Amino acid sequence: MRSQSTNHLINYILHLADDSLILGHRNSEWCGHGPVLEQDIAITNISLDLIGQGRNFYQYAAKLTNESTPDPSFAATEDTLAYLRDIRQFKNCLLVEQPNGDWAQTILRQFLFSAYQFYLYQQLQNSNDETLAAIAEKSLKEVTYHLRWSSEWVIRLGDGTSESHQRMLNAIDELWVYTGELLIAASYELRAMSTQQGVDLTILKPKWEEKVKDIFVEATLPWPGERFQQIGGKEGKHSEHLGYILAELQYMQRAYPGCEW
Amino acid sequence: MSVQDLEKIFQGKIDDEIKIEPKDWMPEKYRQSLIRQVSQHAHSEIVGMLPEGNWITRAPSLKRKAILLAKVQDEAGHGLYLYSATETLGVTREQTINDLHSGKAKYSSIFNYPTLTWADIGAIGWLVDGAAILNQVMLTRTSFGPYARAMVRICKEESFHQRQGFEILLVLSTGSKEQKEMCQDAINRWWWPSLMMFGPHDSESTHFDQSMKWKIKRKSNDELRQNFVDMIAEQVKVLRMTLPDPELKWKEKTGHYDFGEINWEEFWNVVKGNGPCNRQRLEARRKAWQDGQWVREAAGAYSEKRKVRSQAA
Ligand SMILES: [Fe+2]
Ligand SMILES: [Fe+2]
Repeated sequence: MRSQSTNHLINYILHLADDSLILGHRNSEWCGHGPVLEQDIAITNISLDLIGQGRNFYQYAAKLTNESTPDPSFAATEDTLAYLRDIRQFKNCLLVEQPNGDWAQTILRQFLFSAYQFYLYQQLQNSNDETLAAIAEKSLKEVTYHLRWSSEWVIRLGDGTSESHQRMLNAIDELWVYTGELLIAASYELRAMSTQQGVDLTILKPKWEEKVKDIFVEATLPWPGERFQQIGGKEGKHSEHLGYILAELQYMQRAYPGCEW
Repeated sequence: MSVQDLEKIFQGKIDDEIKIEPKDWMPEKYRQSLIRQVSQHAHSEIVGMLPEGNWITRAPSLKRKAILLAKVQDEAGHGLYLYSATETLGVTREQTINDLHSGKAKYSSIFNYPTLTWADIGAIGWLVDGAAILNQVMLTRTSFGPYARAMVRICKEESFHQRQGFEILLVLSTGSKEQKEMCQDAINRWWWPSLMMFGPHDSESTHFDQSMKWKIKRKSNDELRQNFVDMIAEQVKVLRMTLPDPELKWKEKTGHYDFGEINWEEFWNVVKGNGPCNRQRLEARRKAWQDGQWVREAAGAYSEKRKVRSQAA
């Protein structure tokens, strides 16, 4: 029997992994279709970073899983975790599974998420779990770049042409409802926080808001303020979009089970 | 100096293996020929992202996904170097891209074939990047400096791509029955189109003599194709798969493999736009460009504003 505390920690790690993988997957849909070659390369870079982070977290979750429930007939790996769980077991937030939309929507999604992930990893470096602290430290370097790149684009589009400004407003309308969830702790996050393995989201909230406000001001975009918020992704209650993502992502592993690739 | 004198100096440099640089005098036909070739090469890199990009979201493992994504990104980088090399010849990237979209400029026909299974990603890396390498290694010695230097950077990455592709197939070739079938099927479908990548026979090639004299090309299409066949015919043994050519035979006397005749009717059909994916590839490129129009405009408008503001400050 796996102990409750290991279970919570594994869920916490899977949540971090799923966020990174799903956003990495979404961004990878741009590869070959970007608005200009340099940005095609940039968004692919971010996608690669996020998938890499996801892999680090999955590998760690797999290790803990195998240690806590030794089952010789089934060993967890990064791939079983990414490819063989179904939608209700995925713990990513709703924001990262939203469709790419236009470049404005992709940029805004990246910015809102990177701002969150930046402060998250900054705190997670202090985790008393050494592996998590190490992954956070390594990933923070990458996310620092993601945040800078996406901030610059938010400003460029917000303060660019009237069309780009309007498209940013539309993107805010589309995505703002998914921002609240980032900073509302799920049960495993509360638990991880109490054991000092995870991060206290209440510390993150003011930092995230300040960052987003600053960039919105520079981008001449209005602060959306309090709006109704959709939540549930972190607890496995997703939008319909995730089902289609998984259908593609998991296609090969489902169609040809048990193969090496 | 007379044009004849300039031409003499120019050909003298070429004969002495001195690279031609963008500011040097060059015959207009040399410039045009390079613009055509380098831009076509750039377009091939970019359009080439599409068939493989098609499998990024479906790659069978996280490791494969990351490798494929990085590979396709490399191709974008190659396109970027090559568009820059084209710009040194006096054509903007925008003009070059417009020629692609209007159908005036060509790209490698191989990318007009569909990627149907995961094994196709292996076959493309092994065969298509493999064929590209032979051509590009030759081009590291091409007479135009910026093109040659771009090729040096690109070749390093291409050999990675080929190894990764081969490795995908190697895993399949030792896998389940379905995986083995998938592997052989992909080789069967990609083999002939890969041979077509080297272009028509030398006797049919319109620019051949001039390209050789100017050392834009340094080996003929048929010579490169033979090198490719000799290389792949050996490597396929490691996979324990076969190449779909009953005439493929080692000839002790020549030290090369004999191989069957390419279906040239298919070749010209695909060149003319009748391949399985010509429309779809070009449409994807046009759409990306059109959808990105407002983004490029916004970026331009913003940098203008910044310039004005910093001048006012
Ligand atoms: Fe390439
Ligand atoms: Fe390549």
